Amino acid sequence: MSTDVLPPPPTTALSAAPGSAVRRVRQDPAWVRRTLIGLAGLVLGLLVVVPVAHVFYVALQDGLGGYWKHLTADPDTRHSILLTLTVVPIALGANIAFGLAAAWAIARFRFPGRAILTAFIDLPFSVSPVVAGLMFVLIFGLQGYLGPFLRRDGYALMPYAIAALALFVATIVYLLLRPASPRFRTGLWRYPGLTFVVGGAALFFGLVWLQQALEIWPRGQSLKIIFALPGLVLATAFVTFPFVARELIPVMEAIGPDEELAAISLGASGWQMFRQVTLPNIKWGLAYGIILCNARAMGEFGAVYVVSGHIAGQTDTMPLRIEKLFQEYNLPGSFAVASVLTLLAIFTLIAKTKLERQLPVAGRTGEGDGSTNQRS
Amino acid sequence: MASVNRQVLPGFSLSLGYTIFYLSLLVLLPIAACFLKAATLSRSNFVSAVWTERARAAYALTFGAAFAAAAINLVLGLLLAWVLVRYEFPGRGLANALVDLPLALPTAVGGLVYASLYVPKGWLGQYLVPLGFHGAYSKTAIVLVLVFVGLPFVVRTVQPVLEDLEAETEEAAASLGSSRWQAFRLVLLPHLYPAMITGFALAFARGIGEYGSVVFVSGNMPYKTEIAPILIVARLEEFAYSEATAIAVVLLVISFSTLVLVNLLERWSLRHEH
Repeated sequence: MSTDVLPPPPTTALSAAPGSAVRRVRQDPAWVRRTLIGLAGLVLGLLVVVPVAHVFYVALQDGLGGYWKHLTADPDTRHSILLTLTVVPIALGANIAFGLAAAWAIARFRFPGRAILTAFIDLPFSVSPVVAGLMFVLIFGLQGYLGPFLRRDGYALMPYAIAALALFVATIVYLLLRPASPRFRTGLWRYPGLTFVVGGAALFFGLVWLQQALEIWPRGQSLKIIFALPGLVLATAFVTFPFVARELIPVMEAIGPDEELAAISLGASGWQMFRQVTLPNIKWGLAYGIILCNARAMGEFGAVYVVSGHIAGQTDTMPLRIEKLFQEYNLPGSFAVASVLTLLAIFTLIAKTKLERQLPVAGRTGEGDGSTNQRS
Repeated sequence: MASVNRQVLPGFSLSLGYTIFYLSLLVLLPIAACFLKAATLSRSNFVSAVWTERARAAYALTFGAAFAAAAINLVLGLLLAWVLVRYEFPGRGLANALVDLPLALPTAVGGLVYASLYVPKGWLGQYLVPLGFHGAYSKTAIVLVLVFVGLPFVVRTVQPVLEDLEAETEEAAASLGSSRWQAFRLVLLPHLYPAMITGFALAFARGIGEYGSVVFVSGNMPYKTEIAPILIVARLEEFAYSEATAIAVVLLVISFSTLVLVNLLERWSLRHEH
């Protein structure tokens, strides 16, 4: 993936003899080398370095004080920063949970349809962001499939949605805490069906009763998804959907199931195995995926553009704010916001380069976390 | 090993169930909704939405610009991959990291910078515009920004293949009396074709869907510098949801075909290696 993982290219390793003649065969003449390196430098300089330098040049044109003022004086800009910092963690959290589940299922088990499932995970990459936004407008927008209902009495959904969510979380907690091996299961651990039916029914009717008797959620009010926070979260989650899963699957496959099998056979519960064996092993891969996912989520423009409605001070995220300031010919303000996102991109690159050294490349190297390996 | 795992390791049904549930809810359902909405259109309505003169101009520009940018990236990517793998020079690690910047930089920032670099008074525009190179608010601008956005793809697909190539083939070519250029063209390049095609297709697919950066630099003039995603947004802003959906379905079908093609190519190239 990157060249700096293995500093000496295979040439030196393979030709064991000092073999200067052999090596010279693969070496280009000096003038070719210099020209090509120069050309590559020119390409990177013109396409990448000059634009980045320009962002900071324009952003800092009015000095540091002016820069700070452009960032913080405008309440709409402040709100856009806040909104981005709200939307991104939610979408990121959802995609991390998905990534862990998908990597566990795909890297640890063989089942029919596994190849198709893996291919489906990449689907959002090939959907134009604008089209992704449009899809959510088609479902939740005023003229969409759920639009009229959400507008008439949207909050009536809430008891059902929350009951489903709570039951779902309870299922995960139950399955994670239950001892993996049947020998260690006692009491309620032995009757999962009973627990779920009774607990789920109690939860559901309790919530419905609360709504009927106490009206926790307002009646007859519209629940806004498009042109509001939930739409922004959905669009961002869609666009950044594959990142964590894609990074985790190869890492988990490279590490192999042996340590987890050992933990389970020694009587660990699912949660203990996950926390003490799986998580320490995949932490660098997970961090790598999260960083890439975060960069994309913060910078997402097309999908968010379609679902946001551009209400200044309400649904403008940072990239949208850049566009709006640009349209208003407020270049310093626009570049000030852009410079923040550029800093994020640079930070992402640095972290990415550092993390690539920690990732297991084809089979385990085990140097980074040797202590955990031996202990488990 | 596989069947043993399922009996011993916990969480198979839980993780698979959650994966499928979340995938269906967030990805498959919305895509289905898009196709469903398009299916409610009558055929003549669909055609009249998809095949207007303005839409045709937008398709031609979208695919033409994405293709041109991917082709340019093919050459630049090969150059960068070659230099990064084969040569030692100060700043190589930095250059290697910089290649990924277009992926990490928000597209809106890329568009904003390119829009102000190439205007007649911009940093680069003041030299280039007198030479007749209009890098802002033109078709050239769209290609330029798509080259920026797609730069990492060819480099990152060609680089690992180039690293894994064994020295023997080149040495054999040299010992049989080929020149360096002949060895590159006849021995090395054929090994790189599959990776190059994959990188090209990825850059092309990215170029078709790109919106954030193009909207800044193109000027968005109907018939002239309007790409298909911008046309979709324009239709949405007129509340013409059906027309927007029809154009979206065309884009979806084409990008899915590209994805399938890439997968087939990868499988084909894997089979040819063994």
